[in-house]
Amino acid sequence: MSAAPVRIFVPIDAAALSVGAEAVAQAIASEAAARGLAVEIVRNGSRGMLWLEPLVEVETAEGRIAYGPVAARDVPSLFDAGFASGGAHPLRLGKTEELDWMKRQQRLTFERVGVIDPLSISDYRAHGGFKGLEKALALTGGEIVEAVKASGLRGRGGAGFPTGIKWKTVHDAKAEQKYIVCNADEGDSGTFADRMLFEGDPYLTIEGMAIAAIAVGATRGYIYLRSEYPHAHRMLQRAILKAEAAGMIGASVMGSSHAFHLEVRLGAGAYICGEETSLLESLEGKRAIVRAKPPLPALQGLFGKPTIVNNVLSFAAVPWILDHGARAYADYGMGRSRGTLPVQLGGNVKRGGLIELAFGITLREIIEDMGGGTLSGRPIRAVQVGGPLGAYLTAGQLDVQMDYEALAAMRAMLGHGGIVVFDDSVDMARQARFAFEFCAKESCGKCTPCRIGATRGVEVMDRIITGTERPKNIAVLRDLSKLMTDASLCAMGGLTPMPVLSALNHFPEDFDRPPLPLAAE
Amino acid sequence: MAEYSAWSEDSARLIIAGLVHLEGATLPILHALQDEFGYVDPEAVPLIAEALNLSRAEIHGAISFYHDFKTTPQPARTIKLCRAEACQALGCESVVVELARTHGIAVDGDQVGDARVETVYCLGNCALGPSALVDGELIGRVDAARIAGLCKHGRAHS
Repeated sequence: MSAAPVRIFVPIDAAALSVGAEAVAQAIASEAAARGLAVEIVRNGSRGMLWLEPLVEVETAEGRIAYGPVAARDVPSLFDAGFASGGAHPLRLGKTEELDWMKRQQRLTFERVGVIDPLSISDYRAHGGFKGLEKALALTGGEIVEAVKASGLRGRGGAGFPTGIKWKTVHDAKAEQKYIVCNADEGDSGTFADRMLFEGDPYLTIEGMAIAAIAVGATRGYIYLRSEYPHAHRMLQRAILKAEAAGMIGASVMGSSHAFHLEVRLGAGAYICGEETSLLESLEGKRAIVRAKPPLPALQGLFGKPTIVNNVLSFAAVPWILDHGARAYADYGMGRSRGTLPVQLGGNVKRGGLIELAFGITLREIIEDMGGGTLSGRPIRAVQVGGPLGAYLTAGQLDVQMDYEALAAMRAMLGHGGIVVFDDSVDMARQARFAFEFCAKESCGKCTPCRIGATRGVEVMDRIITGTERPKNIAVLRDLSKLMTDASLCAMGGLTPMPVLSALNHFPEDFDRPPLPLAAE
Repeated sequence: MAEYSAWSEDSARLIIAGLVHLEGATLPILHALQDEFGYVDPEAVPLIAEALNLSRAEIHGAISFYHDFKTTPQPARTIKLCRAEACQALGCESVVVELARTHGIAVDGDQVGDARVETVYCLGNCALGPSALVDGELIGRVDAARIAGLCKHGRAHS
């Protein structure tokens, strides 16, 4: 038999590895060897159906067939069932592309994640990579900036500032040196899109950064990645070397006169570094103390030079926009939220994972239809949207659309698109206390409302939980929250009251329970 | 299991010299020292300051700001247990309680044998929590028994 080896895909995404994908890959290799079958095991990214991980796919004449969740001990029976040619087995899910979870999505940024070998330049090119960069090289910097503006792309880190306007400011600034900085300090609990993108399609963000560099005349760039992501770090280090070898970045971008040198830098376990000025201080080697604005980083950013600081997902949206046109991107979405949003569904949910959709889908569709409700099977009680600084919503508020303005109108925020589901065992007073505790641990300490307010907040919550003068302490809690909101220098102190007040306003019964002794901590 | 070298000023100087050319070299140097020795020895502070033409206070300030950097020798294994919201929703606090009650292991407390369990906020595995990071490997759907086993030097993935 000289048939071509069967291609079998086993994810190398950290989430898949966390539930045993490495052992599955090894079992497939040894089982195939024992049976004398020629297989090529491709380590792809994750398709984002995380409850089905490890999700193994087999390439057949009719398309890729998915099996999952596969444990190493399932592998012999999969071979017995002829899974290498798509055979029937209890774990067989059908064609990956035809699965409901995949069919419902509009994947632009994540179109290649889980599909390709993440480090293969030829795979990347064969699936549409490089096209945005090639088109950008035929345009002037001003034209690239106009395309990004026209797409309506807004910063995907959470603030939602129009990306094109930021680029225009840097484009128009005059300086010897400009920088492109990618904020990959994805510290919000409930978010993992940046991680998945780096582990599944690392060249996309690199290409987006190269386009930004050409647009504004920057020659150096940094990806600031959190240290909690060792797998993404290894992938990015290898991808940058390969991207240089392929001419995507380096002394001459795709043979042009543009140079763009890119490095990945690791953070060191400080949540505040997701705030852009704090991130810049950290890149400069300092304590990550937030800077006052102005001056804007676009004018005086890294080492005082004009700097684009964008989130991973903002850069990653750009190649598609350049390739398909600004209008095609803007055709997705609603209101002032254009394009698609990679939503991350986690916490106590049956089917969690990554869902990329145009803005406008409701939380209920995401959590109930796609997520299937809670993992515990108990009723949904609270949903936190937008990370640790985002609001807690009730099960009755889930008909809100995923849209910057719609969430802001109900005093919530979209943030980086993370959704965390809680069942009815959650104690919302404890969650409010945690919001302050987290802020106290992670505050950079520069401004008083955040540094002192967070600690006072923990104390006030302790008094409320233990039943000490509750009405008076709730008044103090509201007063403290107002002060932190109004007077903090950045979003850390300014938004910590959002989860606190949403818990208090939406779940007042949890702030009036029979007093409990504090758990020993 | 990490195997760290004993602190050596000579090898620290070599590590620093290999990285001083970087823009904003402080964090890369601190990470490299910690990778080698398991911590950043206070004796490294003047070496870094001299190499980067910064004050000792600036280097000490950077080390003390970031949760990652340790200034004393560390156990061979650090288990980072996620205690952020998504893992809270899946009962990570019960894992913490059970570790203490059943296994006598205090999170953020003393070393157990040659291991220690630390709190971390988010490992990006929010749909498969509770999660832990051990020797650079991510573990999903973790429970107290698994963590306790890892403290006795089991492999992260068997």
